[in-house]
Amino acid sequence: MNERIARLRNESFETYPSISIERARLTTDFYRANEGKYPVPVMRALNFKNLCEQKTLYIGKDELIVGERGPAPKAVSTFPELNCHTARDLEILNTRPMTGYRVHEDDIRIYTEEVVPYWTGRTLRDRIFSNLPEEWLALYEAGCFTEFMEQRAPGHTALDGTIYSTGLLDMKKKIASARERLDWINDPHATEKDEELQAMDIACDAAIIFARRHADLAEEMAASEKDFVRKAELLKIADVCRHVPANAPRDFHEAIQMYWFTHLGTITELNGWDAMSPGHFDLHLRPFYEKGIADGSLDREKAKELLSCFWIKVNNTPAPPKVGVTAAESGTYNDFTQINLGGIAEDGSDGSNDVSYIILDVLDELQLLQPQVSVHISSKTSERFLRHACKVMRRGSGYPSAFNSEAVFMEQLGMGKTVEDARTGGTSGCVETGSFGKEAYILHGYLNVPKIMELALNNGTDPLSGKRIGLETGDPQTFTCYEEFYQAFEKQLHYVVDTKIRTDNYIQRMFARHAPAPYLSVLIHDCIENGRDYYDGGPRYNTDYIQCCGIGTVTDSFSVLKKHVFEEKTVTLADLLRALHENWEGWEEMRQFIWNRTPFFGNDDEEADSIMQKVYASLLNAIDGKHSPKGPTYHVNMLSTTCHIYFGKKLGATPNGRFAHAPESDGTSPSHGADRNGPTAVVKSLSRMDQLKSGGTLLNQRFLPSVLSGDSGLEKMGQLIRTYFKLGGHHIQFNVVDTETLRKAQKNPDEYRSLLVRVAGYSDYFVDLDQYHQEEIIARTAQENL
Amino acid sequence: MLFGKEPTGFIFDVKRYSIHDGPGIRTTFFFKGCPLSCWWCHNPEGISPLPAPTYHGNRCIACGRCVRECPNGARSFGPEGIALDSSKCVECRICEQVCPTRALEFVGKEMTVEEIVRLAKKDLAFYDESGGGVTFSGGEPLMQAEFLIACLEALRSLEISTAVDTSGFCREEDLLLAAEEADIFLFDIKLIDPKLHEYYTGVGNERILANLRSLDKKLVEQGRGSINIRIPLIPGVNNSPENLEAVIACVLSLRSVSGVNILPYHSIGSGKYKNLGLEFKMGQTQPPSDYEVSQALSLFASRGIHAVKGG
Repeated sequence: MNERIARLRNESFETYPSISIERARLTTDFYRANEGKYPVPVMRALNFKNLCEQKTLYIGKDELIVGERGPAPKAVSTFPELNCHTARDLEILNTRPMTGYRVHEDDIRIYTEEVVPYWTGRTLRDRIFSNLPEEWLALYEAGCFTEFMEQRAPGHTALDGTIYSTGLLDMKKKIASARERLDWINDPHATEKDEELQAMDIACDAAIIFARRHADLAEEMAASEKDFVRKAELLKIADVCRHVPANAPRDFHEAIQMYWFTHLGTITELNGWDAMSPGHFDLHLRPFYEKGIADGSLDREKAKELLSCFWIKVNNTPAPPKVGVTAAESGTYNDFTQINLGGIAEDGSDGSNDVSYIILDVLDELQLLQPQVSVHISSKTSERFLRHACKVMRRGSGYPSAFNSEAVFMEQLGMGKTVEDARTGGTSGCVETGSFGKEAYILHGYLNVPKIMELALNNGTDPLSGKRIGLETGDPQTFTCYEEFYQAFEKQLHYVVDTKIRTDNYIQRMFARHAPAPYLSVLIHDCIENGRDYYDGGPRYNTDYIQCCGIGTVTDSFSVLKKHVFEEKTVTLADLLRALHENWEGWEEMRQFIWNRTPFFGNDDEEADSIMQKVYASLLNAIDGKHSPKGPTYHVNMLSTTCHIYFGKKLGATPNGRFAHAPESDGTSPSHGADRNGPTAVVKSLSRMDQLKSGGTLLNQRFLPSVLSGDSGLEKMGQLIRTYFKLGGHHIQFNVVDTETLRKAQKNPDEYRSLLVRVAGYSDYFVDLDQYHQEEIIARTAQENL
Repeated sequence: MLFGKEPTGFIFDVKRYSIHDGPGIRTTFFFKGCPLSCWWCHNPEGISPLPAPTYHGNRCIACGRCVRECPNGARSFGPEGIALDSSKCVECRICEQVCPTRALEFVGKEMTVEEIVRLAKKDLAFYDESGGGVTFSGGEPLMQAEFLIACLEALRSLEISTAVDTSGFCREEDLLLAAEEADIFLFDIKLIDPKLHEYYTGVGNERILANLRSLDKKLVEQGRGSINIRIPLIPGVNNSPENLEAVIACVLSLRSVSGVNILPYHSIGSGKYKNLGLEFKMGQTQPPSDYEVSQALSLFASRGIHAVKGG
């Protein structure tokens, strides 16, 4: 990287995240002055406009791409209209050792005096929580599920290519024509539509004003700049910001700035989950790159520099922290902005191009937390592109992750999208499938599937609290066969899912009515045509995902019950329940027996895998096609992000030998240490899940660097990916382990049974080596990871 | 089948996603029993043709079930965990069955051709994608020649590519029969000096080198199959320029060689010796340095042989 990038990157690394109360103050003042004057969407748009007019601007030294969410890099706004941090929250954020946010003492005082008093009882969260049913609260508190929208607005949207050919002035024309077409005679919703369209129009103005203020500032700075090179850069920035987002971009630089202003607008308007994603960035930038190269105004290095500047911008926007945090809760700075590379273009051709390779270089060089990159692999993807991607992957950061373009495409067709709209779709957030720029695919929260099994084992009682929170499905000790037990699980599952969905539908409507997002709605297709907000079913497609966690843990637990308790009767249910209750203390022999003598998921074992298939079918049956106010829009997703850790904490010991409060299996990966037949067996087991019926699955594969070393290691990595995708896999990600992981494996070999070590012409399981050689491998791994 | 009895083999390990025993992604079956006993062997559990009782001390939770349940009192608590009195052991394997942690294992399992094929077929999709297949290693697979050839035939009829990893110390006719079925031979050349060979491996190399020449001739004649020469590079044993020059001369005399692999010595398998109650004769011998390996590779290159490090 060049000096400019090295400096900006270093600044981004070293800046500690902080809270800026500017947005909260501006919003509070605006609401105090204007409450009740306007229809809700218009009020939201005017508040957004006020923010764009008033907020402090930042153009840093050396920057080429400009604009920050807060007044400075890594200064995060709060959104008191949705949920309001208390003084205590801010103090904890300021002082907690992990993922803290610096808050100035004066700011805490101002917040307490000005912001908190106005919003108490008025925030969307307060209003929602005052009206939630007891059953829901009981399940929520026990950790049966999480609720995404209790803290943040529905988000993780990705854009299609529209903004690269359509400026906001064009959008304003579309909005005006939609208003003209309103049928005031026959359409009973004409009023609401008109209000929403007015709001969208104001939001376009707001974003243009925001950019022009940057142009003014850049000109001002240029006037007093002594360095001629920088002066020219500032004038170029001014020119760019005067042109986009009002108009469609004219060159590579403007295209990136266009996206960045669009991104900033959506994360200023609301705090949507996973911010915003550019989607197929390489495809969108390709024409600008090719044009720049052809007319000589751009070269590869310049393109790389601009992309690096953009990279740093995204990394400068950590996630807005939660309210009601405890000191122990660490949270994450990650607000997943995912860039899809390669894949297939709208016309079905291979999507990878020069820009894809440049982005891989940037990713590899900068090694920043965000944005994250995924490579989309189709049968048309070249070996060359896959090899380049694998090279970056094995460097150890876990990125890029790999997705199966054809699976992502088929999943969307299954949900009723057209071929073109499915091709322009991809994945955002972690692994979630959606049609970019045309869909609201909203995550509703994680579902703790092992916890639901625990309810069935305890007749509806949560063993951790002793409270009855589920259905009374019978004392399992009276069950005579495994089937009876499984039915009890299914009943609990339906109860928990239905309770969640009822509340999710309520919360969705609360957002649609009280926190619409007119700016975001301008960007997503058919909101303008429909005159409806993004949160109100305005987009062309609407999907609601519930993310199911712990398939490995639950499958293995069922396998133990089936084999040892009901079929072979080597373990009595009474003993097993006692062992679970006592967290295996005094039952190590039984725990080891179970851990070593049960068919587990991830071993290409048809018996275990058939249990997984049955659980998966039950999840589909309970969730898929359930109704929201927008229609039969609920679908299953199979990711856990880091929630398997939280869910594990809320879960007692499980029949598969897992201790109470230990993490559950992540994503759709096997339980840690349960897969003992190598990666091909894991892939085979995973391929027995009919993944095309989900909106995404997640497979983490841990490798030691040595296994992937050399050209041959690289080639075999690519072949493993290709084979998994041929067999219907959705996503795979390689975690190249570090020495810290190996230390953990030494202490806790059970969880790391499957870690392979490669030594020249020989490989073995790490945990089976003697200590001397384990130390040798650790020393070598430390070197290889450098 | 001549007498209606299907041949069975004695296998001590099966490794899927095997990526260094031949081309592509492979499944490797390790045959138990080897006529050699190389000092540096990293699979010492494969040397004896008999089931080898082994003890993984790091897995043991000292529950004492094996001690309680052994009908002959062969298991006891010893200073280094569970001990075995081999004079009392009748290999009933009860201790293995009751051990909750799999700390006690008898290495070696009888398998039929059908079982081999069933396991091999599990990774067909990977073989297709990577140009991989099945490797028979060991031990010495040709010590169980009848079973090996039956496996090779069965896999060939399914169009699954096969490799045989051999020391070359076997009956010539067995090797030539295997040559009719297998696609690749991974053939070890350790030492050219017969005396040193005998000293370090327990057998002379005359038969091995003669077999190598017969195999080469056969493969050339039938126009199918090739040989990968594999040379373990062991400091102080076979890394002298004289030995390497002699190996090069041998390789240059062959016509069906498709690759040469230099496998640097490592002592990772040494822990197994302790588990098996065997002596590890290499002591503290260190792996060759990267420099030494690259020197060996350049020596081969200077004679026009493109040798590769690792398998």
